[in-house]
Amino acid sequence: MNVITPTRREFTSGLGAIVVAFSFDPKLTMAQQAAPLPGSLAQNRTLDAWIRINADGGATIFPGKVELGQGITTALTQIAAEELDLPLARVRVLTTDTSRSPNEGVTAGSQSIEYGGTALRLASAEVRGILIGLAARRLGAAADKLTVTDGTIGSPDGRKVTYGELAAEVDLHREATAKVAPKLPAGHKIVGKSVPRFDIPNKVTGGVAYVQDMRLPGMVHGRIVRPPRPGSKLDSVDVAALKAMPGVIAVVRDGSFLGVVAEREEQAIKARQALLKSAKWTLGPELPDPAKIYEVLLALPAEDIIISDKQAPMPEGAKVIEATYRKPYMAHASIGPSCALAEFKDGKMTVWTHSQGVFPLRNHLSLGLKLPVADIRCIHAEGSGCYGHNGADDVGLDAALLARAVAPRPVRLQWMRDDEFGWEPYGPAMIMRAKAALADGKIVDWNYELWSNTHSTRPTEPGGNNLLASWYLAEAQNPAPPRTIPQPAGGGDRNAIPLYNFPRQRVVHHFIKEMPLRVSALRTLGAYSNVFAIESFIDELARAANADPIAFRLVHMKDPRARAVIETVAKKAHWKEGEAGDGRRGRGIGFAKYKNLSIYVAVIAEVEIDPTSGVIKVPRALAVADAGQIINPDGLTNQIEGGIIQSTSWTLHEQVRFDRNGITSRDWQGYPILTMHDAPHVEVELIDRPAEKSLGSGEGSQGPMVAAIVNAFANATGKRIRELPLTPDRVKAALG
Amino acid sequence: MAIQLKVNGTVRSVTAEPDTPLLYVLRNDFELNGAKFGCGLAQCGACTVLVDGKATLSCVTQIGTLGQSEITTIEGLGTVERPHPLQRAFMDEQAAQCGYCINGMIMTAKELLDRNPKPTEADVRAGLDANLCRCGTHGRIIRAVLKAADLAGRI
Repeated sequence: MNVITPTRREFTSGLGAIVVAFSFDPKLTMAQQAAPLPGSLAQNRTLDAWIRINADGGATIFPGKVELGQGITTALTQIAAEELDLPLARVRVLTTDTSRSPNEGVTAGSQSIEYGGTALRLASAEVRGILIGLAARRLGAAADKLTVTDGTIGSPDGRKVTYGELAAEVDLHREATAKVAPKLPAGHKIVGKSVPRFDIPNKVTGGVAYVQDMRLPGMVHGRIVRPPRPGSKLDSVDVAALKAMPGVIAVVRDGSFLGVVAEREEQAIKARQALLKSAKWTLGPELPDPAKIYEVLLALPAEDIIISDKQAPMPEGAKVIEATYRKPYMAHASIGPSCALAEFKDGKMTVWTHSQGVFPLRNHLSLGLKLPVADIRCIHAEGSGCYGHNGADDVGLDAALLARAVAPRPVRLQWMRDDEFGWEPYGPAMIMRAKAALADGKIVDWNYELWSNTHSTRPTEPGGNNLLASWYLAEAQNPAPPRTIPQPAGGGDRNAIPLYNFPRQRVVHHFIKEMPLRVSALRTLGAYSNVFAIESFIDELARAANADPIAFRLVHMKDPRARAVIETVAKKAHWKEGEAGDGRRGRGIGFAKYKNLSIYVAVIAEVEIDPTSGVIKVPRALAVADAGQIINPDGLTNQIEGGIIQSTSWTLHEQVRFDRNGITSRDWQGYPILTMHDAPHVEVELIDRPAEKSLGSGEGSQGPMVAAIVNAFANATGKRIRELPLTPDRVKAALG
Repeated sequence: MAIQLKVNGTVRSVTAEPDTPLLYVLRNDFELNGAKFGCGLAQCGACTVLVDGKATLSCVTQIGTLGQSEITTIEGLGTVERPHPLQRAFMDEQAAQCGYCINGMIMTAKELLDRNPKPTEADVRAGLDANLCRCGTHGRIIRAVLKAADLAGRI
C-alpha cells in the first residue's frame, strides 16, 4: 500500500512545522510575485511542497488532489515515478493534509491530471536533475554522462550513488523553475501503462480504505437530528429523557443545530430516533410546487450573461426551429452516506474528511467553529464516491461541533441515509431553450439560452459559510452569496457554447441567484444539461434538414480532433448514413468536448423501447475518446465507462422528488437508480495522442451519453422527449 | 448483555443489546471493515455478509437472532496476499471505482457462485440486481464475477 493517511500527529511538531517555514520565508513570499509557473506549481512554488527524497532511497509525494475513487493517486504516482526514475513501489503518497500538502483547492472539474499532474511532473523532473547534479559532484563525473536506474545514479566507469545516499544532502526547499524538461513520451516506461490501482486490493479484502473505516482510541459515535425541512427553528426537545438512554454521552444543541453522541453507534442511532420524535420545530418556508418548478425558476430574477455573440447577415427565407429542454434536480446519491471523524484537543481541531477540498473546508470550519484557521487541521481520507459536492463538507462541521462538546474524545459521525438524500446540495434543475435557422441544409443562426442556479456552493465561496450546520447555530451564519463560474469553464453554462461552427450565434446564461432548493456541484455541472439540449437540438435540426445526424455534425465541425472521435465512433459502430430505427429499437449519437477545454468524447448508444410499459433499455454504448496523452489507459477507460453508465441512470431514472412539505426522496425507493440488470454493455476506444497535453476526463462522457440515448429514442420512434428523466410515463406520452 | 457470535470461524463475544444490527458489531467491535453502512434499510447491499452461506444484509440482522450461525465476512474469504478467486478477479479486472459497494458485490456473488458455479451473464446480472453501484462499474463487476467462476473452476 503506497498511500499514507496520518491518524494523529501533534500540530506543532513534525510535518506541521514545515508549513510555518513555507509561510514566513520572505524569499519565497517575494518569489510569489515572480514568473508564473505551470499547473498547480503556480500556487505551490517550492519543490519540497511536492516531493521528499527519503533516506531509504524512495520518494514521498504530496499531492493536493484527492482520491475520490477515480484512481488519481495511482495516476499521479505514475507521473512522479516516471520522472524520478523510481519504481512505483518506492514512491509513497501522503494523503492531502492541510498541515503538509500543497493547497490545490478542490479536486473537481476533471483537472487533477492537468494541474496536479503537471506540477508533479515538472517538480519530479527538476528533483531528478538536482539529484544528478549532486551525484556528479560526488562522483566527479559530468552530469550529462550519468544515468539513473531505479533511484541509483551511475557513472560511465561503473561507480554508483543512490537517491538514499543523497537524501540528507538534497535541499528541495527552493523555488521550482519548471525549466527541467520532462521525458519525451517515447521514453515513458510507467506513464501510459495500465498500472493496477493501489487502492483496489484493500477495497476487495476489507482493509482500511475509507474514512468510514477509521478508528481512533477512545472514539465515540455521533448522529445529527435535522428538521423536517430547511429553514426550520428548533423550539424544544426533551434532552433529559435522552440523556437517560443507554450509552448517551451528550445531546448537543446550539440554536437549531441538534446532535447526539453515544458510546456505541447503535446507541447514537437510537438516540437520534428518539430526538427526531421529541424535537418540536417551527417549520421553515414551504418548498415550491414540484409540478411547477420550471415555471418557478423562470419567474425568479436572473442576471443575463451573454457568453457568445457572433454576428453575420441573416439569409432570407431560412427555416426557423425552436425547442425547450428541461432537466430536474438530481442527487449525488453516494452509496455510503457522508462521514467525518473529529477530535478537539488542547484547543485544536482535527477533522478527517472525504471533502474534495480540505483547505476550503478548513476555512469554513474556522467560521463555523470560531477557531483560527491555524488551529484546525483537515486530513483527507477517502469516502464513498461523491460525484461532486455532496454532504462531505457538511458532515465535517457536524462532527467538529459534536467533538468539541465531548472533547477530548474523538467522534465518528456518519450521516444516515435520509440525512444524505434530504440535505445534500442537489445538482440544479435547468431549462434550456434553443432556436436555430436552417438554409441550404446548414445552420445559419443559433440562439441558445439557459436558466440555472449556481453550480457551486462549496466552501470555496467567500462572504459567508457554506456548511449546513452553520445556518442553524444560535448565532446563525449566512451562506456565501452565490456566484457562477465564469467562462470558458462555466458553471450552469458549462458547454453551453457549441463547439460547432455557425456564422451567427448568441448564447445567454440566465443566472438565477435565489435557490428554491439547496444546490451545488454535481459531476459535469451544467455540461450534462447543455450537451443534452445542444446535441438533441442538432439531431432535430438534422432531421429538419433531411440530413444524417453524423454527416450533419461533420458539416458544422472544424475541430479535427472532434471530427476524429465522431468519425471513429461512426465507423466502429458501422453507422449507416440515414439509418432509422424500427419503432422499438434505434441508435443515436452524442458528442462533446468537455468544457470545450478537455476530453473529446463521442458516443453511439442503442435503445430498446417497450411501448406498452414505456420502459427504455440501453443495451449497449460505444464511445471513442481523445484525452491527449494518456497516463493510465485502463483508469481512463474505467472513468469513461463509469460516466456512461451513471449518465444512463441519470437519464432514465433520476430526479429529486419533493412536495410542499419537504424532500420526499429520502431513500433508494424514493430515488431509484439504474441496477445491474439494466446496465449497458460499454465499449471504449481511446485515441492516444502522446504529443498532446493530457486532458481532464472524469466528466467527459456523461453529456455525450444522455444525448446518445435521447437521440436513439428519436431515431427509434420518430418522437422526441425534451424533459428528463425518460420515465415510462413520458415515453408513453411521447408515443401517444 | 454478552452475546457470542461465530465470525470467520472464530467464536467472539460482544456486550451489546440483542437488537443491535450485526453490521455495527462487525465494524466497531470486531474491527472488520468489509461490510459497509449504506442505507440501514436493506435497500443497497453494501453491508452484505454470509450467514450460514446465505447472503444476508447485516444492517437489518439483529445479533440476538443469529445463535450458532456461521457468519462470514469478506475478510474471511481471503487476503491481499492470498485472495479468494472472487477477490483475485476483482483485482484483475480493476472492478472498482470508489469501491464502497464492492464488499456487497463480492459477498452476494460468493453465494451465487456457491449455488451456481457456472453462471451466465444474465445469472450474474439477476443475482446482483439488488446491490447498488453508483460509479458505473457494473460491466467490470459482471466480468469479474464471471472470471472468478472461471478461476474457481480451474482450481
